[in-house]
Amino acid sequence: MTELPIIQTEDLSKHYGSVRAVDGISFHIARSATCALLGGNGAGKTTTIAMLLGLLLPTSGRIRILDAEVPRQIRQVLPRMNFSSPYVDLPQRLTVAENLTVYARLYGVRRIRERLAVLGRDLDIDAFFPRPYGSLSAGQKTRVALAKALLNEPEILLLDEPTASLDPDTADRMRGILTDYQRHSGATLLLASHNMSEVERLCNQVIMLRAGQIVATGAPRELIHRYGRKDMEEVFLDIARGIQSGEVLE
Amino acid sequence: MNGISLRRISALALRYLYLLRSSRVRIIELAYWPTVQMILWGFITQYLAGHSDVLNQAAGLLLSGVLLWDVLFRSQLGLSVVFFEELHARNLAQLLISPLRPIELIIALITISLVRTLLGVGIAVLLAIPFYGFNLFSLGLPLAGFFFNLLVMGWAIGLLVSALVLRYGMGAESIAWAAIFALAPLCGIYYPIATLPSWLQPLSWVLPASYVFEGMRAVLLDHAFRLDYLIDALLLNAAYLGLGIGVFLATVHNARERGSLLQSGE
Repeated sequence: MTELPIIQTEDLSKHYGSVRAVDGISFHIARSATCALLGGNGAGKTTTIAMLLGLLLPTSGRIRILDAEVPRQIRQVLPRMNFSSPYVDLPQRLTVAENLTVYARLYGVRRIRERLAVLGRDLDIDAFFPRPYGSLSAGQKTRVALAKALLNEPEILLLDEPTASLDPDTADRMRGILTDYQRHSGATLLLASHNMSEVERLCNQVIMLRAGQIVATGAPRELIHRYGRKDMEEVFLDIARGIQSGEVLE
Repeated sequence: MNGISLRRISALALRYLYLLRSSRVRIIELAYWPTVQMILWGFITQYLAGHSDVLNQAAGLLLSGVLLWDVLFRSQLGLSVVFFEELHARNLAQLLISPLRPIELIIALITISLVRTLLGVGIAVLLAIPFYGFNLFSLGLPLAGFFFNLLVMGWAIGLLVSALVLRYGMGAESIAWAAIFALAPLCGIYYPIATLPSWLQPLSWVLPASYVFEGMRAVLLDHAFRLDYLIDALLLNAAYLGLGIGVFLATVHNARERGSLLQSGE
């Protein structure tokens, strides 16, 4: 028996006047998959994620998440999802602990202190708890944002550039934390990233977008093989430049 | 080398001129505040000059007016400024992807506005007792009705202003300050509505605050409680608050359509 996909879109579009930010994309993501949404700037990654979160209303098409129709039934699924992105932030003057406490209450987290202690230890941010969020470095903020995204132990975690602005050591540790979280919780991860080695390491499914349309899907290994390249970086460049699989650059 | 450079000063002055030129709101604002002050104090002068009988009670009238006016002002700002902080912090999208409902956001904003107004105006009201021997509580039970009506009107305006800023961006933020002061000359804070030109009076009577300040003068000058004013203010406020909530919710929906929630604050 095939398990129903946890995220499914059918012919999903978002148009702004004549601009087709997302243009009729259909995909599904299985439970516990780690899927990368890839594409150059303006390919439609953030627009797609925003529609999955109900932050943006589709022009047409269908989204189904955890058996709920989105955006109509988004309230059913929001407590079971979370999101982290450099495009959103947290109040600067509140301390890290205050920010996380507010969001823990919004998500109905029980035993907030214990949950914060676990996240503080796992993400190595407990030393920042009494500090105003605005006083943290970009890398420290990214870790706090990830802590916020993990507060409710989401079944679906959407991440936009999860390791942007992190140094290689911290980025590697973050990837380790995400992998561990995915393994022990069975959560589904959807991440938009420009870091191809990250995608190869974390993801078992890739959706490549260009100009709002899906141009390739598959596992990273499959795509590397299909495009005859040595890694995802080269596959990404091929797709971003509009080169079809099997074509050879002069 | 260490001297003051006119070139650098003019470069920066040019940058501020570009900024000013880029926003019609900022240009209008230059003339806005002096004009509002001129109109307001013009009507106060007219009223006091024509009513020498109220001059001996002018201190009580003016202090009651200014303290009750501050309830309206703080209530509106207490809501809209807190909402702007979410936009400045780029936190609104985080809130709207949490299980929080937009109506719960509105109720939370109203709650914090109440707390901020009680704290802000409460201290001023208490300080007026030792400073001027003026006790606002001498207005008696009607004070509760005045206070409630001004609070609700402030929330309605605060929601409308917040919706405007959500729709048109932080450039419209100064509307939060300007909107309430535009109403000040019309509300009859320091003078009866009859002082206004007859063509302006119908506009004044669609504002709940006008009934509150007329009611305040009835208590202070005639020692009469005008229940009819209170009921009219309540009915108007119910309509305005409904409008404020409706417009705010519709603007959030519109922002979801336009995709502006991820850009708010930028």
